[in-house]
Formats: sequence, structure tokens, C-alpha cells
Amino acid sequence: MKFKLTFWKVVFFVIMAVGAYGTFVRFVYGLGASTNLSDQFPWGIWIGFDVLCGVMLAAGGFTLTAAVHIFNIKKLEPIVRPTVLTAFMGYLLVSVALIYDLGRPYNIWHPLVMRNPHSVMFEVAMCVMLYTMVLSLEFSPIVLERFKMEKALRIVRGALIPLVILGVLLSTLHQSSLGTMYLIMPNKLHPFWYSPLLPAFFFISAIAVGLAMTIFESSLSSKYFHKQLELPILQTLGRVLVVVMAVYIILRFEDLLHRGMLWQIIHPGTHAYERNLFLLEIALLAAGFVMLCFRRVRNTPGGLYLSAVLVLLGFVTNRLNVSITGMEAQAGVRYIPKWTEIGVTAAFVAAGFAIFGTAAKYLPIFEDEHGHSTPDPIKNEVEAEAVAIHAGH
Amino acid sequence: MSKAILYDATLCIGCKQCEQACAENNHLPYDDKIAEEQVQSEHKFTVLLTKNDKFMRRLCMNCEEPACASVCPVGALQKTPLGPVAYDAHKCMGCRYCMAACPFSVPKYEWNNALAPKVRKCTMCSDRVAAGKQTACADICPTGATKFGDREELLEEAKKRMRENPSNYVNHVFGETEVGGTSVLLLSSVPFDIFGYRTDLVHDPLPLYTYRVLSRIPDFVPLGGVLLGGIWWITHRREEVAEKEGKNNGGAR
Repeated sequence: MKFKLTFWKVVFFVIMAVGAYGTFVRFVYGLGASTNLSDQFPWGIWIGFDVLCGVMLAAGGFTLTAAVHIFNIKKLEPIVRPTVLTAFMGYLLVSVALIYDLGRPYNIWHPLVMRNPHSVMFEVAMCVMLYTMVLSLEFSPIVLERFKMEKALRIVRGALIPLVILGVLLSTLHQSSLGTMYLIMPNKLHPFWYSPLLPAFFFISAIAVGLAMTIFESSLSSKYFHKQLELPILQTLGRVLVVVMAVYIILRFEDLLHRGMLWQIIHPGTHAYERNLFLLEIALLAAGFVMLCFRRVRNTPGGLYLSAVLVLLGFVTNRLNVSITGMEAQAGVRYIPKWTEIGVTAAFVAAGFAIFGTAAKYLPIFEDEHGHSTPDPIKNEVEAEAVAIHAGH
Repeated sequence: MSKAILYDATLCIGCKQCEQACAENNHLPYDDKIAEEQVQSEHKFTVLLTKNDKFMRRLCMNCEEPACASVCPVGALQKTPLGPVAYDAHKCMGCRYCMAACPFSVPKYEWNNALAPKVRKCTMCSDRVAAGKQTACADICPTGATKFGDREELLEEAKKRMRENPSNYVNHVFGETEVGGTSVLLLSSVPFDIFGYRTDLVHDPLPLYTYRVLSRIPDFVPLGGVLLGGIWWITHRREEVAEKEGKNNGGAR
């Protein structure tokens, strides 16, 4: 196989080089040299994006496995595999990203033996660890099939339903708990975002993002791997997404109403900085939601893709607002991430794309048109080409 | 009985001996330049603030129910029965949730330590208090502005001073009820917010805010598990029935 240097590969290597330099600065000179964090502002984008958004973007795993295996929506089955792969990879990347942010990363195992059940962080740590194990088992049939390990395959398949249920429970717990983490800061997090409903918001938005991310990555891989877009499947996801978004938006509105925040948001004057970023978040979410409401938009690949991207951007903005924008006023400082921080985060995103691409190429992830796994995965590349030619008709 | 510190700003002469004694007890550097610094940091656990000839101390409030100890996933921060909130660096994994959660933003970090940074804060001289001594700052204070003793007794005394000289004090013992009460109690002749103390703090212990949610988890797990299992049973039962009846339900491929 010849190595071709494309534009995206150049971008990838540049990002990775910056990330490698950031890694060097982080582990040789410390958090002070590699980040713009301070005593006033102890959590930056390595928590706000890498962890909060990372876990949220990997929520497709539990959403889709629940839809297919628990709710028995068979139609969605062909996209379970790529989604479980994204989730598994997402959690692995989050775990690695955490090593950068922890001051003493070699103590990362301490929650296993030094338990503090009153700590939300302890609960999140345990759930994320257990869920990553569940995901590795849910993902394992892909690898076992590749190497034709029939016996192990039978065992994993037999345990599938309990595994899926366990995964959904663990996800419900830690997705919502990432919101619960901020409940202990009633005097620190800005009232635009501080709400007793934070756990519910984080959980519902995780489901929405799980669906939007599945639409996003299926659209991308259909383009990149020349797979036929499973449009009817994605349309189903789009329809579910409309409902989830509607529930989220109504709950968010009611919360702001009852906490007397609506007037403060409309009223110009103080909180200008927070208000602008709050409005950006709401605008992105509302735009995505409104687009999805129109069947003509939702049912075209382009419209569906664009509205999914808007939903994703809206919820990423939400997580960054909770973790960064909302914490700045009380800290009395503005936090703008250092270039090394951005470089490391960008490297994780790039690594995510690269790992997904590689795995999609060499493992039997995409099913063929007849709904069966590709019989001989080694011929995957050849078949992918055949499908591409077929699709070209 | 739990110990506490009472600081009465009206008795303080601003000599900063508390700062120096604190530095010595915690093996921190102290010189004229550090004495000038008006913020708590990794090398300065207590600060004597000066504003318009008025004094105020800042130190860890050693909350009765500390948010920092509640959020620490590994229990590196602990509220000891005697009052101090102590820190064990060997347990710490450096997540800095304590810094994010502290309502007074007290814990500081060794940002420039690449591989073994510690959270730094006043621990109310937990070593000295455990040995039956008073804190270094109270021990050295020449005027009795910083006083060490039982929390209940100190609170009584604070209120007595306010009753006897109401014109000398703002009518509030800072720390009596803030975030559920603290082991450091403050008296002042001028409003506390002048020195950066927040007067809008909640009066419930902060750990309650997360515990209200966390405590439901043990009930949620079996309930959620059975619910999901039940849904699975129902959705797949329909299929079995359909198959038995010989119907072709289309979606079974």
C-alpha cells in the first residue's frame, strides 16, 4: 500500500506535533507551564472539553445499545457497531486526557482503594472505569470475529443483555453525575447555569448528543468510506432527536422561568459576557431543534447532518459554559486556554478521528446491505471498494 | 469538643506575627517581601489584610462540614474530630475538585511542580492541635485578637463582646452559620465584604447539595435494572408471540 500525503494527513501530523510538544511541557515543566490555570481558576479545557464533552460525545454507545437491545428497535442495528466503537474510543481518550490534567496521575487508581462515597468525583471515577470495561466487552465481538474466536464469541453474546443493561445504568449515573459535580458550587457557578436540575440536564443532553453524534459520524463515514448512507436509519434517529431536544428545551425553559432568570437574560446591562455566551448556546440548540422540526430538512442527508452538527455545537458550548464561562465571574479572572492546552486537546480530537478511521478500515464494523456482518473481514477493503463502485451507479 | 479560632479584628494591631508563626510551623519561607503579599498562595496560608487602617485575617475556615473533604474522591482531605481539615498528599491524585468546590477558594496548588504537586492550605495546625496545643497563630498573638478554644465557648464569647460593645462591631459573627458553620469565627467593625468575604453564601452545609442526589443511587440501581430488564422482556416477548403465531412481522430480518 502506498502512502499518500493528503491535506488532512498534513493537518493531522501538524496537530499531533503540537500535541506532542504540549505533552512534553506538561510532564516536564508541570501544569503551571503548560496551562493558563491558576489558584483562582483550577479547571480549564482539559476538564471542560476533554472530560465533560468527551464523555458526552461518547454517549451514543449507551443510547444505541439501549434502543436496539432493550427497546428492540431492530432497524437501528446496523449502526450499533460504529457507535459502540466511538464510545469505547471516546472513553479511552477521556482516560488518557485525565492523565494530563491530574496533578499526580500515577495515583489515578486511588479511588479503587481509598473510597469516599460522598464524593461525586468518586462515583464518576468508578462508573467511568466500569463502563469502559462494559464497552470493551460490547466491542469485543468485533475483534473476536476478526480472529474467529468462536468460543469466546459465544460467551460474550450470551451475556449481551445483562451487559447492555449494566452499561445503560452506569451511563445514566455518570452522565448525570457530571452535572451533579457542580451542585456543590451554588455560590460559584453563575445562576444562568447553576440549577438543581443540572444532573437531569446533563443526562438528557447526553442522550441527545448520543443521537446527534451517531448521525454525524455515520454521515462522515458514508462520505469517507464511500458507504451507502443508511438514510432511513438516520431519519429515525433524527425523529427521536426532535423529541429529546423538545423535552430538554422545555425543561431548561421552565427551570429558568422558575428561578427568575428569564428577565436577567433579556435585560441588558450586567452579566453581558455571560449573557452573550448563554445566548450563543441557546441559539445553536434552538437552530438545530427548529431545523429538525421540519420534515423536509430532517429527511435530507444534508439537512440532517447540519442540524446534528448544530446540536453538537450547542451542547459543547453548554458544557464549556458550565465549566468555564459560568465560573469566571466568581473567580475574578478571565480564563483563555494556553496554546499548549489547545494543542493537546486538538491532538485528542485528531487521534479520535484517526483511530475510528483505522478501526473502520480493518475491523468488520460496517455491515453490508443485507444486514449481515461482512463474512470475511480481510476482504473488507476490497468490498468497500466494490460498494463504492456500486454506490457510484 | 470541636476546637475553633476566634479572630477579633478590633483587637488586632496588624503585627503579622501570625503570618510568620504560620510560615514557621508549615516550613514555608517568610521575609519582608512575602509579608507584603496580600493574597493566600502555595507559600502563604494565612494573610493579614489591611484596608484603611482596618485589619482582617484570611485563612482556611476549616468548615464544620467542608465541601473540600466531601468532594475529594480519595479522602485526602479530612475533617478531624478536633476541628482541623487536614490534608494527606500521599492519597491525593491532584484532581483539584477541592479547589473548585471550596466556597472561600482557599486551597492553593503547586502549579510549577511537574510530577508531585500538593494542595496547600492552612490546616488549623492539625499536628499541634492533635498534640493538645493551640494553633501557631493563636499561640503567638500578642493582643489576643486570634484566640483558640472550644467552638461553643468562643461563639459565646464573640456574642458577649458584641453585646457589650455593639458600636464596635458589625452585628454578625462570620462563620457561625456560613455554609453550615466554620471552625474559624470572625468579628469585625467594618462589613466583611470589604475584605473579599462573600456575604451571600448559603447557610446549608454544601455537601448536602450533592448528597441529596448521590444518596438516591443505591435505590436507583436495582430499580433501573429491573425496569430495563422488564422493557427488554416485553419488547422481545411480542416477537416470540408473533413468531409462534406464524406471522411474518417484517422487521425480523
